[in-house]
Amino acid sequence: MRASWAGVALAAGLLFSTTGCAGLDGGTSTTVGAPHAANTAAPSKQEAKPLPMGLDPAADRDPFPSTYKPLPSRPTAIVGANVLTATGQEIDNGVVIMSGGLIAAVGPAGTPVPEGADVVDGKGRWVTPGVIDGHSHLGVYPSPSVPALSDGNELTDPNTANVWAEHSVWPSDPGFDRARAGGVTGLQILPGSGNLFGGRSVFLKNIPAITAQAMKFPGAPYGLKMACGENPKRVYGSKGRAPSTEMGNVAGYRKAWIDAADYKRRWDDYRAKVGRGEKADAPKRDLQLDTLMGVLNGEIRIQNHCYRAYEMATMIDISHEFGFHIAAFHHTSEGYKIAPLLAKEGICMHTWADWAGFKMESLDGIQANAALSHRAGACVIIHSDDPVITQHLNQEAGIAMGAGNRIGLNITPGEAIAWITLNPAKAAGVADKTGSLEVGKMADVVLWSANPFSIYAKADKVFLDGALVFDRKDPRFQPKSDFELGQPGEGAFQ
Amino acid sequence: MSRGILLTALLLSAAPLAASAETLAFTNAKIETAGPAGEIANGTVVIRDGKIVAVGAGLAAPAGARVIDARGQVLSPGVIAASSSLGVEEVEGVRSTVDVGSGSEIGAAFDISYGVNPESTLIPLSREHGVTRAVITPVPARGGGGDEDETVQDTSTLTAGKEAKSSGASLFEGQAAMIRTASGDTDPVFKSNAAMVVDLGEAGARVAGSRGSAIVLLKSALEDVRRFQRNRSVFDRGAEIPSALTRDDLEALIPVVEGRTPLLVRVHRASDIRLILRLAREERLKLILEGAEEGWMVAPDLAAAGVPVLIDSEADLPESFEALGSRLDNAARLQAAGVLVAIEGSRGFNNVRQARFNAGTAVANGMSYPAAIASITLNPAKIWGFADKAGSIEVGKEADLVLWSGDPLETQTYPVAVFIGGKQQPQDARILKLRDRYAKPAGPYPRQYN
Repeated sequence: MRASWAGVALAAGLLFSTTGCAGLDGGTSTTVGAPHAANTAAPSKQEAKPLPMGLDPAADRDPFPSTYKPLPSRPTAIVGANVLTATGQEIDNGVVIMSGGLIAAVGPAGTPVPEGADVVDGKGRWVTPGVIDGHSHLGVYPSPSVPALSDGNELTDPNTANVWAEHSVWPSDPGFDRARAGGVTGLQILPGSGNLFGGRSVFLKNIPAITAQAMKFPGAPYGLKMACGENPKRVYGSKGRAPSTEMGNVAGYRKAWIDAADYKRRWDDYRAKVGRGEKADAPKRDLQLDTLMGVLNGEIRIQNHCYRAYEMATMIDISHEFGFHIAAFHHTSEGYKIAPLLAKEGICMHTWADWAGFKMESLDGIQANAALSHRAGACVIIHSDDPVITQHLNQEAGIAMGAGNRIGLNITPGEAIAWITLNPAKAAGVADKTGSLEVGKMADVVLWSANPFSIYAKADKVFLDGALVFDRKDPRFQPKSDFELGQPGEGAFQ
Repeated sequence: MSRGILLTALLLSAAPLAASAETLAFTNAKIETAGPAGEIANGTVVIRDGKIVAVGAGLAAPAGARVIDARGQVLSPGVIAASSSLGVEEVEGVRSTVDVGSGSEIGAAFDISYGVNPESTLIPLSREHGVTRAVITPVPARGGGGDEDETVQDTSTLTAGKEAKSSGASLFEGQAAMIRTASGDTDPVFKSNAAMVVDLGEAGARVAGSRGSAIVLLKSALEDVRRFQRNRSVFDRGAEIPSALTRDDLEALIPVVEGRTPLLVRVHRASDIRLILRLAREERLKLILEGAEEGWMVAPDLAAAGVPVLIDSEADLPESFEALGSRLDNAARLQAAGVLVAIEGSRGFNNVRQARFNAGTAVANGMSYPAAIASITLNPAKIWGFADKAGSIEVGKEADLVLWSGDPLETQTYPVAVFIGGKQQPQDARILKLRDRYAKPAGPYPRQYN
């Protein structure tokens, strides 16, 4: 849908350019409805002309639209497996039916299997939603890790809200294939944490592709990567620029939100005037402020790298000061210290099982962070930030669950599975479409060889929109990146 | 789960830090000996004066022994970290707490053992994952871990120290040491000068200019050492040493050229492995390899040369152009080919914990369970030359033992009790204290008061 609208608007824009009618001085309508009117009736002097799409942030919301197409699928039933739905249900000897790319049924033994469906024997195995990694740099920091491909941190200004991670994604990153074999079907690809505002994230379907557009999850909202703490102040402090301290970081965030609010006001004023039929000058489009305005308008979700409790509390205050919502904190080593606040604010927390202590801001990370925070009501996510851990998120969640159960928190597999499926989907704004085994959702599904929290578990089959995209036992479903063809090992990693 | 807690409490209250002089018997244990006896489904281990004096099924505990009923839980040898920074690096991102490398003044002579901090909070943390001994090996200066996103382009971190070095000397990272993780031990180093460490492949090329020049420099250094050794009296009288290496570096390399001290070479590409095998044969060096992601491609050569490898079994990405052939079954294939394999966790902070999980990953990718247990216990002890003292549950060895809440390679398992030299260790890692502080409900006063 987006694609066709964008196409219309673009065509209109080109037409205006060639006829010399393109103008910046306003129009009767601001969106894609305008071109038709403009073509059929010459605008009067007072009527504002529509802006070319590229100059109008409201019209140009999806300039790099998804071209993702699910692979061919057949109605499939997985029968007899232990099913974790990620909505809290644990079904022994359950049935999961996928049809038309969607989850068609989830139920106990005896749930009717449609005639003609492929039946997969799940006896002794486990079924979960596809794993979602809420913090990945696949594609933007790919393998091999060479400078020519390492494009995840635009370290030229503390505010690069204008850059978009998708423009750095190298689709040939073999890390995508490794992650898929670990059951990962969805990835939130983030810019790095060297800047206060690192740029826009992109949410990808983990499908082999030639372009990033072909991996983009249709309709997923954008995120804005922000970073607290040591990284921005070190990067810019070492260049003799602001910020060089934590207080400098905070001043930088606040200045940016003041600028964003001003930009938003100018666009809102412009649109109000246009709406009243008054003459109005359109503000000059600014990609950096566009992204921030998108946050203020509730369209773009804040994904905030922030380890420590006191920093998170400050970021929450800033969100109140300027009227936006933080979707999620990332890394969150001290989540357990302020979990009730995170729960109250409706902010998800991404963390590791126990990767901590490598710098001062991660010094207080504990293994039971996820479990304690979960019990305090927070939306907890186990993330990777790493091309190896992303292949083992199920086991990372197992370690985190075990640490909680060691102190009597009694976290069940049915609860912990949400840490790597439904909760990262919530944080990224795609939980209405994926992340759990519920009828009508995308059939992003993993069949595991064993209890997924076991160190011995492996993804046997991975389905994306109901299509088999990985099969551990069938080489026809073990895609190899272009990069690995003809190289030692030929991309056969297991 | 609660059963484990109960047992821990019981053990501690019965005899906190039991004296090594007493006789101790574990009964009803599922014993993973890591030795020739393999797994004993229900057995007894008797400890006297800190050493294992009896192991077997159907053994009765000696009269007067303190008996610990394992109630079917797993008893294994202590985990041995095959290559780590334990005790010489507190916070990876805080330069002043990092003593893992030599800096620009010395190379081969650098002795990592002098920097060991027995009070490191990471020592009790490692014990928390069953680690009772660790080999510490020098590394080149590197970036902070955790979030790679910010380190990749942070050249100031990546180049600190190392690049300042000149020519040949900087190929050598320095000398490894070995520590025990026993609580209260003010001198945890049980062997220093344990190996000479050198990084080849891309890392060697970064120092020397290219792979070719790194090998030439290495050969030339070994030649200088031999000349130094032959003409020592001349140099003792003050003659100038015609070498890029300092006298200290030359001295440190003597046991290496004599084949007494192993050369630990970090190397990744199959062709680089073949090259170092040939060089070691020609120079009669004793080799240990670390990394070896493409080792499976040259497994027969490694087996024939009797060269052991230290491996990260999770490495399956073509992370660099020298690791394009990385595979999850590298460890299993090497082991099957007859290579002695030790599995390690990744280096930073608490990741010595990963060794046991990585051994589990190796099992998931084709290694037998007993081989995986040995890869984190007996094999590192053999590779590092202390298998007579530790690494397996066998009569005569020191009683470094871990009683686990379940399968030691599993994600949700933790040590119920750790014994080093027969002494039960406290479970007092800083992050456990932090956990316990915040696991309790908040009171009227801040938690800092408790």
